Amino acid sequence: MIDLDPLVVGVIAGMVLVTYATKVGGLWLLGRIELSERAEVGLEALPGAIIVAIVAPELAGGGPPEWAAAGLAAVVAWRTDNLLVSLAVAMAAVLAFRAI
Amino acid sequence: MSVSFERSDVVAGFRTCLPVAVGVGGYGIAFGVLSRQAGLSVAEATLMSATVLAGASQLIAVELWDAPLPVVAIVVTTLVVNLRYVLMGASLRPWFEDLSPLQSYGSLFFVTDESWALSIADLRTGSGRGGFLLGAGLSIWVLWVATTAIGAAAGGAVGNPKRYGLDFVLTGIFVIIAVGLWRGREDLAPWAVAAGFAILGAEMLPGRWYILLGGLAGCLVAVIRHD
Repeated sequence: MIDLDPLVVGVIAGMVLVTYATKVGGLWLLGRIELSERAEVGLEALPGAIIVAIVAPELAGGGPPEWAAAGLAAVVAWRTDNLLVSLAVAMAAVLAFRAI
Repeated sequence: MSVSFERSDVVAGFRTCLPVAVGVGGYGIAFGVLSRQAGLSVAEATLMSATVLAGASQLIAVELWDAPLPVVAIVVTTLVVNLRYVLMGASLRPWFEDLSPLQSYGSLFFVTDESWALSIADLRTGSGRGGFLLGAGLSIWVLWVATTAIGAAAGGAVGNPKRYGLDFVLTGIFVIIAVGLWRGREDLAPWAVAAGFAILGAEMLPGRWYILLGGLAGCLVAVIRHD
């Protein structure tokens, strides 16, 4: 249960190396090139686009209960600007809508 | 814009991210259970969570796990699945260029989808809290490592997470964060395109390529519309 196989540790080390490279790669690369104004505009749009790209397929794969809960969470988040409250509403909503 | 790196930033990030980290913990338990079934020991699964800290790629690695171990396939797949972090790291530059290399590259070790999203939302408000990302990342790290160990030790004694709605936690979190990132009508076209490409990509591409595809497509629309 607590044994560490040297080969497994080696695979994990390889995973750590490539993962850390991706985590620091973007910042490192941009520190070395001069960005145009257009590129800055793109960079500002990037976070929202990534979040939407993460969540859109998840919602598309869900059904009416998930869509309704997501919509309710969005309204509460917009009104309260509070993550914890919005998340509580989202979870309660998805459980309730699924039970219908 | 001046960006600090105070202890209070780290604490704020840790606190804000804690409810999110609890949600991530549901996935940690699932990962722990799956990795035990795939043949990893509790120590190996926990070590992987503590050092790799990238949930999707870890789950896929465990799915590829076999005897003999497909070392190259696992490492290359990990790289591909995690390429999206290159974009996330790039998006932090406006704030992180003021930090020291130790502060920025140290914080980036703890980056996950969730802590990155919360930090961007915080930095966008002009808080200037450069240490927020580290704090948020640490709260996820603690929960991710602990729940991996619990899941691995418990083995198959855990039921279906869908019963508790846990499968919806991360979706809900990202919807809420998206609301906070909305900048107005200028975002409509990039977001619509990002969503369209991501949904298509999720159907047609393996792994998590759809995140890169949708993110880049949305970003490109913003650049083209700038003129």
